[in-house]
Parts: sequence; structure tokens; C-alpha cells
Amino acid sequence: MSESASAATYWLPVIFIGLMGLAVFIYAVLDGYDLGVGILLPLGEQEEQQRDLMIASIGPFWDANETWLVLAIGLLLIAFPIAYNQVLMHLYLPAAIMLIGLIMRGVAFDFRTKAAVNHKLAWDRTFKAGSLTTSLAQGYMLGLYVMGFRPGWEAQFFSALSALGVTAAYSYMGSAWLILKAESDLQKRATRWARRAGRATLVGVIAVSAINPLVNPSVFDRWFTYPLVMFVLLVPTLCFLAFIFNDFLLARIPKTNDRHSALPFATVVLIFLMCFIGLAFSFYPDIVPGEINIWQAASANASLQFILVGAVIVIPIILVYTVFSYRVFRGKATDLRYH
Amino acid sequence: MLDTLILSRIQFATNISFHILFPTISIALAWIIVFFKLRYDQTNNPVWMRAYRFWVKVFALTFALGVVSGITMSFQFGTNWPGYMAQVGNIAGPLLGYEVLTAFFLEATFLGIMLFGIKRVPSKVHTFSAFVVAVGTTLSAFWIIALNSWMQTPAGFEMRDGIAYPESWMDIIFNASFPYRLTHMLLASGLTTAFFVAGISAYRILKGDPKRAPRLALKTGLILAAVFIPVQMFVGDLHGQNTLEHQPQKIAAMEGAWKTENGAPLVLFAIPDGKEKTNHFEIAIPKMASLILTHDLHGEVKGIEEFPGDHPPVAPVFFAFRIMVGMGLLMLVVAWGSCYLLLRRKSLPRWALKTLVAMTFSGWVATLAGWYVTEIGRQPWLVTGVLKTADAVTQIPPAHVGLSLTLYLIVYAILLFAYIHTLKVMALKSVKVEEFETAEPLAGGSLTNLPDSTQKHPGGDSQ
Repeated sequence: MSESASAATYWLPVIFIGLMGLAVFIYAVLDGYDLGVGILLPLGEQEEQQRDLMIASIGPFWDANETWLVLAIGLLLIAFPIAYNQVLMHLYLPAAIMLIGLIMRGVAFDFRTKAAVNHKLAWDRTFKAGSLTTSLAQGYMLGLYVMGFRPGWEAQFFSALSALGVTAAYSYMGSAWLILKAESDLQKRATRWARRAGRATLVGVIAVSAINPLVNPSVFDRWFTYPLVMFVLLVPTLCFLAFIFNDFLLARIPKTNDRHSALPFATVVLIFLMCFIGLAFSFYPDIVPGEINIWQAASANASLQFILVGAVIVIPIILVYTVFSYRVFRGKATDLRYH
Repeated sequence: MLDTLILSRIQFATNISFHILFPTISIALAWIIVFFKLRYDQTNNPVWMRAYRFWVKVFALTFALGVVSGITMSFQFGTNWPGYMAQVGNIAGPLLGYEVLTAFFLEATFLGIMLFGIKRVPSKVHTFSAFVVAVGTTLSAFWIIALNSWMQTPAGFEMRDGIAYPESWMDIIFNASFPYRLTHMLLASGLTTAFFVAGISAYRILKGDPKRAPRLALKTGLILAAVFIPVQMFVGDLHGQNTLEHQPQKIAAMEGAWKTENGAPLVLFAIPDGKEKTNHFEIAIPKMASLILTHDLHGEVKGIEEFPGDHPPVAPVFFAFRIMVGMGLLMLVVAWGSCYLLLRRKSLPRWALKTLVAMTFSGWVATLAGWYVTEIGRQPWLVTGVLKTADAVTQIPPAHVGLSLTLYLIVYAILLFAYIHTLKVMALKSVKVEEFETAEPLAGGSLTNLPDSTQKHPGGDSQ
């Protein structure tokens, strides 16, 4: 093998795991807020107007948000087919349940306004149930993944904890999004949701961060090796400070003239980023923890090069028009109307 | 007890059959919507706007069902068919990847602007968004049909240690059956949507809708149908010739031809018997199959006997093919008949409208039947000559697959019912909507203050 070919063999999987990480992170943030809005949906008879507005705030975006999941799973499939097979085989049932959750919430979104008026509440319930199912299933799968798909009640317990943690985190993201996009009563309500969800998320993050290195010795070694420990502990420290900062901030929101209403959302994104870096640092370069690394799982160089050319051209364009779409719909959410 | 292989096959067939219903409509409907919007931009006639508004809602609903059922597909390969990615992942992966990168994001992002941004962007940008969505839906078909065609007629790769490696991406994408299959599918989408639009518009007119918009949509649908159907038959014939060249066993199954014959008869009806390897109750026209397939009365048509152990089950392919062709002929009669009536009388009689309502989902039947022909016709191969379906299946216990299959079946049954029911509700609602809805939207419709809504509603707070 020539030198350039072996360099490609080394770098292509690294580039693709980076792209996949980017897709997963963007997915967690974007679908995180719209799943969160779904989880928080109040179902009272009197709350229809709030429901309409909450759903209106995610209306133009949810389709594209879910596409990041397809990209993430697609990159796993393209770049690491062996890992894709392994991971999905282990996650068969939770993945099926997540997909049904995604289907239910996706269609409920459209049916609620188009079906007969007396079915609207039923579709709203479906939307909430679907969002909750999806979040729980994703958290559960994350838990199984972190535990390296090992069997036993400990792994089940950890995964259940992770399911709750991810659901809390998505609610946190969703309520922060609503603070940004809503006004008056709904905004105040979202602020209360955000404080509660934030504290629940903090508990979840601490629990997961404590258990992960205890059950995975390799993760423990990686984090607590001197002198690296001084540097990497910045990640949890920053994350923790962000939680505290946000909690204080939320106590003061809404401020006059709606100042700082985007700040809670930005802070939650930072928290997600820190958690994401923490997870990635724990396992890189393994793609199935403890079993397969990215070089073992990678597809042929020719395939990766072919798709990389497209990805390098297209992903920036996607980002540009995504930003354009968010700019078109900037400002507070209004009633969704087709005209 | 059913095993994992057959359950996985049923599950995949269920998922993809349910999924394809919606893209089949949304691919062509996206272009029809662009047409309505363009006509409005050109003429400023509000009737085009009304047609646009109704159909864009139908599009939104259809698209959503397509998106969510499509997400399921991206997981299916790994959950149920790990052998597929392990052996041909180097080919399939990038093609699927390009579909996500070039089509899915484009559609999904601009859909938001198309559906909800009409007041937030200039009209030209809005029309452009609708156009981009249409391009996205068609691009998506391009990539997925490229992959499917490659599985039918693989090219441009080499096998090393049982794994496919790409040699030429041009050969992989533009493989032998690709241009025919893509054209055939896009026309199928056009026909399905033409009858769908005509059927729902006819329903509105039957329910007493006096407006011009449904009549305009009806006419659009019928003209499209009348133009597409003969083209589709021609392309279908070319596709058949191509299949005869590359997958003769599929043609043998479609024709119910067990034995190789010169001057083979065209079997109109029969009950193929896989055990006895013969047809019962056969009704056939002598020499016609040879004429159609080889354009020669004495041309050779290879029978199933030529492919021992390497041919698809005959009966399902045979029947599905007849359902597709039968539906096509029915479409031809209805589309041309309706156009003739429309030309003669300017409006359709009630019986013709009722026929069109009955034909609303005829495209679904024909499209599904066509896909069953080509997909079952590929068996026992998953990728012709490279990978057998049975070798790609997962090791998951049958109970798990059974459980997920049951869940999907329940959900899909509910959704299909809800979709059709909701279309009906939307059509009925639109019958009652005032002719003048193009006037300014009612004040108070907007809950909060926005740059554009403050102009319309002076009562709102300023920014």
C-alpha cells in the first residue's frame, strides 16, 4: 500500500466519524428542541391556544430537524457499515419503538390541523405521546450503547436512567426554545418548565457521568490520567457552571424588552455540546464501545472518497439554507397559516 | 411458526409499500403545485391561488407521511438485513448518502418556507422554494431508483473476498435498467397524482362545490393523465425489453411461461402452479408474447425451465403484472373518455365524476403492483447474481421481528385510514369555504406581533 493510500485509510474514517458526530450533535440540538416542545405540550381543554402556538414555533423546522437523524444514521451506514449492523441489531426493539414514536408525532403534527376539529385533541395527545416515546427510546438506546450492549440488570438500570435523563434534557431544550419564541403567559410558563427540566437534567448528567467511568474501566483511565485530567476536567466544569448560570438567569426571565431571551437556549446548546464532547472523549476511536473501532468498521476508501466529495460541497450549502430558513422565521412564533 | 427471513421480508415489504404510497403522490404533486403558483404569479388570477392553497395542504400531509415512513427505511437495512450492508455497503451507502445530502435536506428545509413562509418572503422567493422542493423530491427518486436498479442489474463494481468494491460510479449509477426504471417510476408518479388530483376535485364538485378552482384542478389532472398514460405504456414496453435482456427469468414469471418457446402465446389469464410447473385455466393469444417482447411472431421467449433454482415465484409476479397492466388500460379509457367529455360538454356528467372519484387511488394499485413485479421478480436474489435475500437476513429471534411487524401493521392501518379520511374532511371543508377567501385574512388570526403582521393589523405592538 502506498503512503498516500495508507494516509487515506487512516484519515477517511476519522473525517467521517467527525462528520457523523457533527450530524448527531446538530440532530440532538434541533430535534431536541422540537421533541422537547412535544413532551411539554399541555393537554387541558383550555390550553388549545398555547398548544397551537407551541406547535407553530416548530412548524417550519421539524421536517428538516429529523433529516439530521437520517443523515447521522446514513453516515453510520455509509462509512461504518459493520458498526451500523452491530448497533442496530442490538437496538432492534427500542429502535422500532422510537420509529413508531417518530411516525406518530410527525403525522400528528399535520393531522391535528387538517382532520376534523373534534379529533384535534386526540392528535395532540398522539403528538405528545410520540415525542415522549421517541425521547425515552433514544435515551434508552444511548444507555445501552454506553454500556457496550452488555446484558444484565445493571445495564438495564443505567439505560432507564439515561432514558429519563435524555427526556429531561430534551424538555430543557424545548422550554428554552419556547422562551426564545414565545411571549407573555407561555413564555413565563416555559421559564418555569426550563428551571425544573434544567435541574432534572443536571441530576441525570451527574448520574450518568458518575456511573459511566465506574462501569467502564477504560473510560475511567482515559479521564483520570495525569496530566490530561487537568485539561479534560474543564469539560464537566464548564457544563456544571452552565447549568448554574442558566438557573440564575431563568429566575430573572422574562426581562424588560425581552432581553436575553435567546440566552437560555444558547446555554443549553453549550451544555449539550459539553455532554457530547464528554461522551465522544470517552469512547473515541471505538464506534462500538470495547468491540470495534472506526478503522475496523470503515467502508472502502473509494466509497468514502466518493461521498466525501459530495459531503464537502453539500453540507455547507445545507447549513447556509438552514440558516436562511431560520432567518425567514426569526422572531416570535405566530399562528401557522398556509397563506 | 414463521421464521425470521419470511417475517423480515413481510416487514420490509410492508414498510416500503406503505412508504412508496406517499412519495408517489408528492413527487408529481410538487410540480403541479409549482405550476399553480407560477400561473398565479403570471396571471394574478386568484383562482390559481385557491387551487394552490388547497393542494399545498394536501401536499404537506402527504409529504409528512412520506418523511416519517422513510425514516423507518433508513433503519431497516441494519435492523433486518445486515448482510446487505456488509456485502454491498460500499455501493449502497454512498447512493443513499447522496439522497440524504442532495434531496432530503433540500426538500425538508424549503418545505418550511413553502408552507408557512408565503408572507415572510417575496413571492418570487416563495415560488422558488416550491420549485426547490419539487427538485428535491425528484432528485430523491433519482438516487433511490439508481440504487434499486443497481440491485436489479448490478454494474461498475468488483468482488473481493465476497465484498463489493466500486470501480466506476458512472456505471453504478447509470446501470442497464436505471433509465427505464426511473422514467417508468416518474411517469407512475405523474399518473398516480393526476388521478389523485382529478378524483379529489371530482369529489368536491359532486359535493356541490360551485367554485372554479376544483374544475381547474380537475382539468389539470385529466390532461396530465391523458398525456402520461400512452407515454407510460410505451416506456413500460421499453422497460420490459430491457428486463428481457438482463433478467429473462423475471419476464418468464410475468408471462407465466414455464417452457421456452418460439412464437410464445400471450397468457391473458391463468392460475400458475409452481409445483406442477404449469398453468391451469389458461386463456392465451397465440404468438402474441413473442411479438410484444421480441417484435417478431416467432421470436424466442425463455421459459422458467431455463433457470432451475434461480427464478422467482411465478404466481405473485404473474398476477401483479396483470393487475398493473389492467389498471393501466382502465386509466387509458377513463382519462381519454373524460377528456373527450370535457371537450364536448365543458363539464363532466355525474357518472363520469363518480368514476373519477372511484379512480382516485388507482395509481397506488398500479404502482404497488408494478413494484411487486420487479421486486418479487428479482428473487431469490437481493442483488442479482451477487447476494441472495436469504443470506442477508438478520439473526434476530422471530418473536422480535414479529412484534415490530405487528406494531408497524397496526400503525400503518390507522394512518392509512386517517390519511384518506382527512383528505375527505379537507375536501368537504373546502366546499364550504367562501369564494372570497383570497381577501385579507381575518384580523386576530395572528396571535402575536410580527414584522409582517403588524402592517396588516395595526393593533399589534410595533417591533
